Amino acid sequence: MSSAAYETVETDVLVLGAGGAGLRGAIAAAEAGARVLVVCKSLLGKAHTVMAEGGVAAAMHNVAYQDSWEVHFADTMKGGKLINDWRMAELHAKESPDRVLELERWGAVFDRTWQGRIHQRPFGAHTYPRLAHIGDRTGLELIRTLQDRAVHTNRVDVHMETTVFKLLMADGRVVGALAYRRADGSLLMYRCGALLLASGGAGKMYRVTSNSWESTGDGTALAYDAGAQLRDMEMVQFHPTGMVWPAGVRGLLITEAVRGEGGVLRNKDGERFMERYDHERMELSSRDVVARAINSEVLAGRGSPHGGVFLDITHRKPEFIKSKLPSMYEQFLKLAKVDITKEPMEVAPTLHYMMAGVRVEPETGATNVAGLYAAGELAAGLHGANRLGGNSLSDLLVFGKRAGDAAAADALRNVKVEKAKVDPVQVDEAVATLMAPLGRPGGENPFKLQGELQDLMSKHAPIVRDEPTLEAGLEAIKDLQDRAQTCGAGGSATTAFNPGWHTAYDLRSMLVNAEALLRSAVARKESRGAHARSDFPKTDDQLGRVNFVVDKTADGMQVTAKSIPPMPQHLVDALSKSYATYTPEETE
Amino acid sequence: MELTSLELKIWRGDAKGGELVSYRVPVREGMVVLDAVLWVQANMASDLAVRWNCKAAKCGSCSAEIQGFPRLMCKTPIADYGDQITVQPMKAFPLIKDLVTDVSWNYEVNKQIPPFTPSERDRATSEPWRMQQKDVERVMEFRKCIECFLCQDVCHVLRNHDLKSVYYGPRFMVRIASLEMHPKDVLDRRPLLKGQAGVGYCNITKCCQEVCPEHIHITDNAIIPLKERMDDVYFDPIRWLIERMKPRQKDPASG
Repeated sequence: MSSAAYETVETDVLVLGAGGAGLRGAIAAAEAGARVLVVCKSLLGKAHTVMAEGGVAAAMHNVAYQDSWEVHFADTMKGGKLINDWRMAELHAKESPDRVLELERWGAVFDRTWQGRIHQRPFGAHTYPRLAHIGDRTGLELIRTLQDRAVHTNRVDVHMETTVFKLLMADGRVVGALAYRRADGSLLMYRCGALLLASGGAGKMYRVTSNSWESTGDGTALAYDAGAQLRDMEMVQFHPTGMVWPAGVRGLLITEAVRGEGGVLRNKDGERFMERYDHERMELSSRDVVARAINSEVLAGRGSPHGGVFLDITHRKPEFIKSKLPSMYEQFLKLAKVDITKEPMEVAPTLHYMMAGVRVEPETGATNVAGLYAAGELAAGLHGANRLGGNSLSDLLVFGKRAGDAAAADALRNVKVEKAKVDPVQVDEAVATLMAPLGRPGGENPFKLQGELQDLMSKHAPIVRDEPTLEAGLEAIKDLQDRAQTCGAGGSATTAFNPGWHTAYDLRSMLVNAEALLRSAVARKESRGAHARSDFPKTDDQLGRVNFVVDKTADGMQVTAKSIPPMPQHLVDALSKSYATYTPEETE
Repeated sequence: MELTSLELKIWRGDAKGGELVSYRVPVREGMVVLDAVLWVQANMASDLAVRWNCKAAKCGSCSAEIQGFPRLMCKTPIADYGDQITVQPMKAFPLIKDLVTDVSWNYEVNKQIPPFTPSERDRATSEPWRMQQKDVERVMEFRKCIECFLCQDVCHVLRNHDLKSVYYGPRFMVRIASLEMHPKDVLDRRPLLKGQAGVGYCNITKCCQEVCPEHIHITDNAIIPLKERMDDVYFDPIRWLIERMKPRQKDPASG
């Protein structure tokens, strides 16, 4: 028996995270007959999924009859510069239409075509209009639909505002987790048959990000700590269009739908500069290309007054803008006092998404650790070196369901695991580590350390990287890791809703993610997708055949190259088929 | 004149008691109240409890009363005020700590509302559904709700009279409206409206509508039409008579 006082809760499937993947996984697992407990750091329905604006990509060919899963597959693979897990890309392209239609059957209300079908809008690097959407608040609709479905599904329970800080192992299998309630710091021990990680990315390790306080990479760090492999950790996405001004809103997302609906990018000379970077696709090129283009324009001194470029949609009618992009209109009017129907927006790249994450089996979301599954932004593979807009929401649905199904089957097969003997030492150690900052009134302020980490990552792992800067970043990370071991909680010793104390824990998760990112970025000596190296500006075909995998070893973090298995012929065919470029009809 | 700093008064304390505490906060251009509160948290009071997530008025986490008015902190520029701003937690809900209140009652209410229910025929078909844009637009307004619960906070039935046991509050009138007016939903929630949900308690002061950050016409487009639907079956004497003369069947007005 451990010395720490905690409440024990048993379940079949424990789900970490209540975003799209977590909720879809929870519904799937419950429908498969498992008892499910969803644990999330915030209130239900506040997960980062609500921030998704543009839409969910699914080849339903409601707008462009030529679309098919093969084209969606090819777009995803080419966008990801071919280091994607091709099986995941295949499953995703084939299954996303069913997942979208299923949402509608659960009450989601999508925008319609004139024939009454689900409308689909064009988006960057998608050959055809493919994004099912609800104005520019698709993520909210998705999360609300899943949330209502989940709470009205038998056997699903939710623990809100609860943070998991340790995965419990017995005989090489994940059998539970330790958590604390944010409101009062009380401890919980979860015992489960299988555990599904769906807690999202780690964008908060950057200063300029569209991510919330929650995105601290907890799940990835927990998985790594339990022995799970990570992959493609060098691949993080800078969304081309974040707000740059006023300073208070820097990094806030401007949906790609602005460009999807016809918005154009101009530099300070009024030049439509995308012409020089991607003549064919222009503003609707893939996100890595547009983000680098904006970065280059600013560095060349052709930027806007506040260090961005201009995004202009004023050539559209005001009523069109207000109906297609209502929350963007509102956001700029309220926060920047800019009327986007009359003036251009100032935009610059903002850290948005991690293609990086936990390595999983494509069919099931299983990690290399028994009993541990992963889905959503936290799982890596589908997006390769660059994610296409709209592929994230479909990712959550397709692989959330798959991982939920598999975790339920596993848990129901292994019901005795709940009785597994958990070594009390691992419990005591984890609790002691969690509590330690509260006992260091003079320790460094975790918010200050978090700020230093954000500056470090922005400086050492920016859009365009090079070896010396990355290596210097790794040195600096070591120093921060040492200081995080001994940091305080910011002065107060209370366990009652104490964000300083919470941040001291989150910081450790972010540092694992940051180290893995820097190490993998050093290893990939080429430029590919979101990973651009000024010292290796070209793409290396040899490196196109590998993923970099991160392992926890006795000597610390190890990065190794792992070969990508050859693609089966039917996928090679899908990839090499040439597709007619779609010219959008005038919708006004 | 450009401000360089402001005095931010934040309510600090828990259910046992507390007080307004003053903090001097440096001002940056375009700063919103949430920025100022988070600056205090990072630099002066690391144990200051506050909820926030998206910082873009999309998640509805950072609800508070700013100068006594229910608002989202992330959407409230400090430039809208002078050099002194007071921030307090929502009053309609039990306090946990500082700016964080216990809003779990709302989640319990949501569980009691029967979910979206399409007809047998719509459930059975394998064909994708067809709906027209003009038919779905009506419910889209309600589905914009970000669950900030500011409408619940300002509703005098909940706030002043604490009648949470008999009235679900504006948020859930919007929720019920989004289901009742969904073109594919066939369930009748009028008995719920008259009974447990207590739509009759609303006396149309429209305060909820005024504070809604998503500009949902809560009273005009959700509550009043729901009241009318309920009145139709329960309180219209002619309709009532017709219903009584019909052969006995499961009907809201007969039960």
